[in-house]
Amino acid sequence: MTARPGDRRTRMLTTPEGLLLPITLASRGARAGALVIDVMIIGISLLVFQLALRWISDGVLSGTAFDPGNLTGGALEFLGIVLALIVFCTWYGYFLVQELGPRGATLGKRITGIRIAARGGARLTPEAVIARNLLRDIEIFYPLVALFVLIVLAEADQDIGVLGWVLTGWFALFLLFPFFNRDSLRAGDIIAGTWVVARPRTKLAAVLSAQGAAAVEGASEVTGARYDFGAAELAIYGEKELQTLERILRTGEPDALSAVHAAICRKIGWDPGAGDERAFLEAFYAQLRAKLESDMRFGKRKADKFS
Amino acid sequence: MKAPVFSAWFGRGAVTAPPDIESAALRSDRFRLEREGEWRRLEDIVARMERGGLRRIADDDLIALPALYRTAASSLSVARETSLDAATLAYLEALVQRAWFQVYGPRQGFARWLRGFLLGGWSRAVRALWLDICIALFVMVAGAVVGWLLVAGDEAWYYRLFPARPGEPRVPGASRDQLLATLGNEESAAGLAGFAAQLFSNNSAVCILAFALGFAFGIPSLLLLVHNLALLGALLWLFDTQGLVVELAAWLSVHGTTELFGILLAGAAGLHIGRAMAFPGDLPVLDAAAAAGRRSAVVMVGVVIMMVVAALLEAFPRQLVEGTASRFLIGGTMLLFWLAYFVLYRPGVPAGDAAQDALR
Repeated sequence: MTARPGDRRTRMLTTPEGLLLPITLASRGARAGALVIDVMIIGISLLVFQLALRWISDGVLSGTAFDPGNLTGGALEFLGIVLALIVFCTWYGYFLVQELGPRGATLGKRITGIRIAARGGARLTPEAVIARNLLRDIEIFYPLVALFVLIVLAEADQDIGVLGWVLTGWFALFLLFPFFNRDSLRAGDIIAGTWVVARPRTKLAAVLSAQGAAAVEGASEVTGARYDFGAAELAIYGEKELQTLERILRTGEPDALSAVHAAICRKIGWDPGAGDERAFLEAFYAQLRAKLESDMRFGKRKADKFS
Repeated sequence: MKAPVFSAWFGRGAVTAPPDIESAALRSDRFRLEREGEWRRLEDIVARMERGGLRRIADDDLIALPALYRTAASSLSVARETSLDAATLAYLEALVQRAWFQVYGPRQGFARWLRGFLLGGWSRAVRALWLDICIALFVMVAGAVVGWLLVAGDEAWYYRLFPARPGEPRVPGASRDQLLATLGNEESAAGLAGFAAQLFSNNSAVCILAFALGFAFGIPSLLLLVHNLALLGALLWLFDTQGLVVELAAWLSVHGTTELFGILLAGAAGLHIGRAMAFPGDLPVLDAAAAAGRRSAVVMVGVVIMMVVAALLEAFPRQLVEGTASRFLIGGTMLLFWLAYFVLYRPGVPAGDAAQDALR
């Protein structure tokens, strides 16, 4: 059981108990979305804060009857320092504090349903979180800011030479980094030994074999009949078909139920009636699963109908 | 899809009572029904931990957590061998994974980590990088010497290193008085605090860049060090032409001992990562890079703190304190303080961390 066939984003993780757990890597789209949300949150809150400071400094100015000569430089300077410190702390603290929390995710990551984890099942450490967040600056923000400055310079007819291309290449290199490795790691993930995984959120579904015609003494509610299948009829399907049937029973779409009902009846040579599909399928599911599970206890597994 | 998401956001959602165990036809479903209560309790504890940390969890639940986690883990491995119920298996896998993140998650929040960092973690990390620090120091000295020699050989280099701005007094050929005036002090502290904040964001950005560029095998970090120190070398040469090199050194040393030390550590941290990637030794490259990255990240947090100190020193004492001797005194004290903190301050490693390091 290394990776599940057909699922390229699933990795197996071994817990200290020796249990193999499948974890799903987050999609690149979800990660980009999370980053956009986070940057928007930071940007908007800093903007609001700056507006509040502006309002306060206006108040300070009007307190001196709008005469800058009366103004004590200390007050405005103090506001300037507060702003610089708040920007710095918000920028780094936002990611650090949240990713070190029990959810291992910033608000944006929580909304897109992903979290960070240490690669290969180690414990996530504060050092790792710090390292991956320091690297984010050179990956995205410095080149973006520098490119922006260059664009402004170029607008003002200054010669910027090849620097623009160099920076664009740099930006593209780091932006496309996750596309060039199997685990879609960005540079910060490599340095920190982390990866970003999907947060599992599965509810416990109902017990199928305790309801309707699948239960111990269960019978059809419509006809009152009990369906019994012989060994030959149960031998045609394997685990894959069983799980398809389970999915259909859990979703319970009438069209799918009747289509599967007809297909099974054709396969086992019964005459498909109509109106009692669900009871038939529940009974078939319970008996097929009972047979496959008892075979399983003897070490015989039947993957699908072809094996 | 609609209902589960919203119920998960706005409340626990009513838990329906599980059906009677006897009514289940299958052995595997009876197995599940017998253990379902414990799984749900674990899910509830984990959900509460994810929401608000440990403080809101009752002691009983906290004590039960590891046992419940292991029960769920063993249920999962039994169910994999006996049950073909895909929904239950998927639920158990998700539950065990969520509980695993909590049971084996980060053991300390940011505040506790910061305390351990200041009380020994920082100096330990710096000492672990001793080789890189030596290399970076060598490169920095070489950079300063190269800067000096270049400018001494050809004055045009000076303008290449410092593009001339109108009104800039620090150019070759400036008189002794002009140069001395740039080392003077301000009369009052007005405007200096803002200056400090600006210096700080500027310097720490340079340091983070030096660290992050280590990613490219450390070469750009070293180039950055050479460039910065070549500027210093050129400046030293300029003041030397008028016999003012001691005054300049005193003026620089006030904040420079802290700032250059910080830049040295940042460059060494970058180099450490680059070296680990170029010569990973016995480890796979990715593991070596990750181990080096974590070690240097600790140093980098310290570098940011040093930059705060350096900016404060640069803005206040350097501009306000006059006299070569008192400037040297401040700079020398800072240098001694950092050296003592990094080299002599060796508190014992907390037991938990020691075990973690040993297992790494």
